[in-house]
Amino acid sequence: MTVQPPNHCDVSTILDTMCPMHLVLDATGHIRHVGPTLQKLRPDRSMTGARFLEVFELNRPRAMSTMADLLTASGVKLHLQFRAEPRTAFKGELMPGPDPGEATINLSFGISIMDAVRDYSLTSADFAATDLAVEMLYLVEAKSAAMDASRTLNLRLQGAMIAAEEQAFTDTLTGLKNRRAMDHVLGRLMEGCDPFALMQLDLDFFKAVNDSQGHAAGDHVLQIVARIMVDETREKDTVARVGGDEFVLLFPGLTDHKTLGELARRVIDRLESPIPFEGTVCSISASIGTVLSSDYKSPAAETLLADADVALYASKHAGRACHRFFVPELRLPAEIPTTSPGIALPDAPNGVCG
Amino acid sequence: MHGLINRAIEYFVRDTYGVAKWNHIVRLAGLEYSEFEAMLRYEKSVTTDVLDATATTLNRRLNEILEDIGTYLVSNPNVEALRRLLRFGGADFVDFLHSLDELPDRARIAVSDLDLPRIELREHATNRFSLTCQSDVSGYGHVLVGVLRAMADDYGALAFLEHQGNSHGVETISITLVEDRFSEGRAFTLGARSA
Repeated sequence: MTVQPPNHCDVSTILDTMCPMHLVLDATGHIRHVGPTLQKLRPDRSMTGARFLEVFELNRPRAMSTMADLLTASGVKLHLQFRAEPRTAFKGELMPGPDPGEATINLSFGISIMDAVRDYSLTSADFAATDLAVEMLYLVEAKSAAMDASRTLNLRLQGAMIAAEEQAFTDTLTGLKNRRAMDHVLGRLMEGCDPFALMQLDLDFFKAVNDSQGHAAGDHVLQIVARIMVDETREKDTVARVGGDEFVLLFPGLTDHKTLGELARRVIDRLESPIPFEGTVCSISASIGTVLSSDYKSPAAETLLADADVALYASKHAGRACHRFFVPELRLPAEIPTTSPGIALPDAPNGVCG
Repeated sequence: MHGLINRAIEYFVRDTYGVAKWNHIVRLAGLEYSEFEAMLRYEKSVTTDVLDATATTLNRRLNEILEDIGTYLVSNPNVEALRRLLRFGGADFVDFLHSLDELPDRARIAVSDLDLPRIELREHATNRFSLTCQSDVSGYGHVLVGVLRAMADDYGALAFLEHQGNSHGVETISITLVEDRFSEGRAFTLGARSA
């Protein structure tokens, strides 16, 4: 590029410098002159003298077979490619001249430039100084490097987000504690020496609301339910949503049957009042089973949860909307009418039914 | 300060002096993390603290460290992408020097929130130049000296470079080109994968 130019250049020299990928066709459609960069793409074979349409395949406009055909395409954007491998694609433009009957065609790589610079080891000297090709190559590389860095960051942030979610203690829908939080609090209560009550609550007919009134209604119901339970419990109690419609409540220092029974009753009663949602109402109920840590010598968390579950199912079998305390007798097969869940047990001394 | 700048300091220390030294610097600078994210922004003071901690830990003058960072950025294979991007600036070293005027724009086109100092080249004779580097953060000039030294090698040019000090936030570097084609230099092709 540092060659000293002569004072006055002929058109051919001007074109070679400013359009190094141009061709001049003679009146018979043969290549009379080829620009230096274009010739560099076919180092083993001089293009000069070859028939243009034998070196290049014209994809658009189609059906061009004579020089007369080609001249009709002047000013139209040409799509063409080499007939021989590598079949590099070009964009082109044809103008008649410089001599009568002749045609000059200028080519550019267009979007195939990425492959072209690789296939032909081109340097910036192969492009005209005003050609934006080198800037475009710079841009592609710069953007891919920046994109790689962003992708690395995204992957790391995604990992951090998953970790944060796993560590989170809150159920996002209801704002209640989640299962992890409940396990954590229960673990702490077990380590301490104060007795506590563990209540397991299952919504009844919630699935029906979800199925018939939609998930939005279901979500709304869960939020109302959550608010009622938080209302009815003390600040130091824990209310956790541990499954779709399953909740666990922990009451540190509270083991009084009467207080807990009344609390369960109030919660069930409030849950049974119809919940308005977008012009309709949702009706649900709840069943509750409660265990007291003071009933055990050295309870395990799994035992407490399993026994609360047994009491909960006894409540469900008793016709729903019931609350029962766990007693070992509930585990006896005869006490639990598994075959006819719709039939209520006789009034149980350790619980109440609605 | 842009994460890329902090990341450059981190990579330089880790690749040149090892992870243990870097961890020491991190503790000394009072960072709560040990790695910078290239695509995040950090408080300006973080960069200053890390550089001060680096100078203390390595027991070297800050200016020398900055110059070494510049050289590292061009010559270390772990950061080859940057060297390639710089080489797109020009076909030879002089061409490259002239491209530095648009360096901040070139940087911004790649990473829109990356602010680099304003650089201006003055040509005093065909082989004598001076570069001014203007920024509210001082020290860029020393990094630039390192970058230019390594880029001269990369192009195969022989050049003398001297940092001539800082005056009102403008650092000046004098450049004397002794020979444009002193050695082969390193190969550069436009197509990345054929390199």
